[in-house]
Amino acid sequence: MLRVEDTEQVPVEFSAALIAQFADVVSRYPEGKQKSALLPILHLVQAEFGWTSPQAMDKVAEYLQLQPIEVYEVASFYSMYFLRPQGKYVLEVCRTGPCCLVGAEKIMDHIEQQLGVKEGEVTADGLFSWRGVECLAACGFAPVLQIGPEYTFYEKLTNESVDQLIADLKARGK
Amino acid sequence: MGRKLLLEHINVPGINTFDVYRQKGGYASVEKALKTLTPDEVVEEVKKSGLRGRGGAGFPTGMKWGFLAKPEGVARYLVCNADESEPGTFKDRYLMTHIPHLLIEGMIVGSYALGAKTSYIYVRGEMMPQIRILERAIAEAKAAGFLGKNILGSGYDLELYVQPGGGAYICGEETALLESLEGKRGNPRIKPPFPAIAGLYGCPTVVNNVESIAAVVPIINEGGEEYAKIGIGRSTGTKLISAGGNVAKPGVYEIDLGLPVEEFLYSDEYCGGIANGKRLKAVVAGGSSVPILPANLFFKTAAGDARLMSYESLSEGGFVSGSMMGSGGFIAFDEDQCIVRNTWNFARFYHHESCGQCSPCREGTGWMEKVLHRLENGHGSMSDMDLLVDVAKKIEGNTICPLGDAAAWPVASAIRHFRDEFEWHVSHPNDAMTRNYGIAHYADPLPAPVAG
Repeated sequence: MLRVEDTEQVPVEFSAALIAQFADVVSRYPEGKQKSALLPILHLVQAEFGWTSPQAMDKVAEYLQLQPIEVYEVASFYSMYFLRPQGKYVLEVCRTGPCCLVGAEKIMDHIEQQLGVKEGEVTADGLFSWRGVECLAACGFAPVLQIGPEYTFYEKLTNESVDQLIADLKARGK
Repeated sequence: MGRKLLLEHINVPGINTFDVYRQKGGYASVEKALKTLTPDEVVEEVKKSGLRGRGGAGFPTGMKWGFLAKPEGVARYLVCNADESEPGTFKDRYLMTHIPHLLIEGMIVGSYALGAKTSYIYVRGEMMPQIRILERAIAEAKAAGFLGKNILGSGYDLELYVQPGGGAYICGEETALLESLEGKRGNPRIKPPFPAIAGLYGCPTVVNNVESIAAVVPIINEGGEEYAKIGIGRSTGTKLISAGGNVAKPGVYEIDLGLPVEEFLYSDEYCGGIANGKRLKAVVAGGSSVPILPANLFFKTAAGDARLMSYESLSEGGFVSGSMMGSGGFIAFDEDQCIVRNTWNFARFYHHESCGQCSPCREGTGWMEKVLHRLENGHGSMSDMDLLVDVAKKIEGNTICPLGDAAAWPVASAIRHFRDEFEWHVSHPNDAMTRNYGIAHYADPLPAPVAG
């Protein structure tokens, strides 16, 4: 079991609809190569539950007939899978060179100030987290941020557009 | 003005739909290939075109296809590398967003040429919107009979799937990509065997960049020889350049290879100069991995020739005074930018993205990040520059995959060309964070290039 602090041991149930999506993914690979479905299935799990909890990863291992470690080692390697709970909206701001040439660092400072939490922390109402991420391949529209699970893109950010985005998401709420 | 082979119809309303794309002549290369050419003849056209891999390495695509092993009774795969993550590069995102059918058309022709019955487009996970776009486009192409069983009555079957990554720069390296596609950590494999012999699931596999695969469409439509007439020397055809940083008009531009860099940067057709009327300080011409060049060496080679946007011209002078075409991620730095800070930023990127298999890269990238961080924050010493060069040298060439080189080159080149700026950070620790060293002697235009 991965050591994940502050996580409730809530049993995870996969709905029939989710299982049907898993099966569709598995059908894309040759017989016996169902491990290829691991990354897409972890994305589906995270979209459903907000993060990839140890319980969910164990269930994925069971579904794909893998050892749990095969799932943990993948989830911990890739940067998109959250190994602990996040805010409902995770603002992921590109922090790599080209974005920083046009003000990404100031945007991150502004987000930190507006949300009142440090990078990686969750706001008290549970709505927001934020973090810097590496190059999002959108350098021509910089600075940029994305919000999962749809990974909607927000381009050419200014302090004003960030304020508007945060206000819109607050209005949308939980 | 150059011809647009890939982006000609990019602004046509509805070009992202099958119907409009087809009306504009889309999928003609599939008809031509499947009805009039054998798979080997398709490979031959791509060889004749001189097309070089557009992901960064610049290896001839036709030759790569020619290496594919074809043992009897063993599946073969074409895998598209859409894990676009090289800082400065965003052309593949642009192409997939606006003209997804071009990639799908190229995948069908390429898969036919290689004898693949199942092919995958591995898209970086963050590009979820592009994954949805491609999936919709694939469904449209399938409904129209361009995918699935017995395509256009040719007897050729092909299934095409989109695979999301999980967020890891290293998966742009082709063997790491294949590991990831098999549901594992993206650790690059030791080569040989090359993917052409043992790739996905141990089967012969070709991995090509999005733009390389898209370029197959005009190559088949017009013929490899016609394609090879565009460009200069061994840099044939057109290339998508992602222009970012401090250019006045950031965006994706399709250029004929061989365009003078000065024209690309200053012409209104392309970058439109430097934003806010500022001066150019430096350029990273091919994505963050390639050596950074001061403006003077960017415009003219050390020998005094005007530099061109071509594989050969950009690398003229080697690493002493040249750079590389790379992925075409063009990053311009204006006079206000701090080279030390940017170098630290890139070093942090490579440290974050090192997969950790090889100790020179895993440890070396971390050391470079730490040393650059202290330099940037005014805690460095004069010996730090030599230390960085030493660490970079010890990473370069000593790792399984090219990420080590990619991490070493930006640091080594920044110190080579901007050592005075690093030294200023040491001698003016209190100013390092608040002031900018400025543009100094490497500004454009420089009277005479600095020798060696």
